[in-house]
Amino acid sequence: MLRIAKDLYDKIVAHARADHPDEACGVIAGPAGSDRPERFIPMTNAARSPTFYEFDSTEQFQVWKEMDDNDEEPVVLYHSHTATEAYPSRTDVSYASEPGAHYVLVSTRDPDNSEFRSYRIADGQVTEEPVTVVE
Amino acid sequence: MAIEVRIPTILRTYTDGAKQVEGSGSTLGELLLDLDAKHGGLRERLVDDGGLRRFVNVYLNDEDVRFLAGLDTPVKDGDTVTVLPAVAGGAI
Repeated sequence: MLRIAKDLYDKIVAHARADHPDEACGVIAGPAGSDRPERFIPMTNAARSPTFYEFDSTEQFQVWKEMDDNDEEPVVLYHSHTATEAYPSRTDVSYASEPGAHYVLVSTRDPDNSEFRSYRIADGQVTEEPVTVVE
Repeated sequence: MAIEVRIPTILRTYTDGAKQVEGSGSTLGELLLDLDAKHGGLRERLVDDGGLRRFVNVYLNDEDVRFLAGLDTPVKDGDTVTVLPAVAGGAI
């Protein structure tokens, strides 16, 4: 299960809406081993595409180094789908490389409703998990 | 002195769980061959026939080696090489 604070949930949705129709992506870092998403880090989608996202490699290095220095890890890795459902695509599964992270997908295909769903992706297997938003 | 190589979680099965290993060589390509002798299979996760794999990022100190000379990038004792899987995906 993913437990996430309301303000972080809102920030992910706002980022996805702001970058629509391109895919948005980012990280929520938290203390290593805690499973608590705490620090919101929007990332640049180097692909700037409506069907693909890729962290900018230099930015990723800096953010990963920062997390390492703070004894944090990527608790949530999020990205948006802008014309399809919030479910991991085959591409998402084949590139997933953080088996310990919650992969959050937001769909912005409906302008009035944002789908927000969370998954574990490990060894090519996708497992959806419930999302609890806490105040 | 040696070259320090930082290994991401997902590749630590090749390094007996070690977060950091050491190797030697005068280029990144040589370093990866040296590492492969001790940690068999690691190199293949990073390199294919065309050079570095598309969705693996390798950094020399704090620079993506794609912006340097790829596998031909010179390395020396005291350098740090960091491997990070790219974070990528998309709707299709």
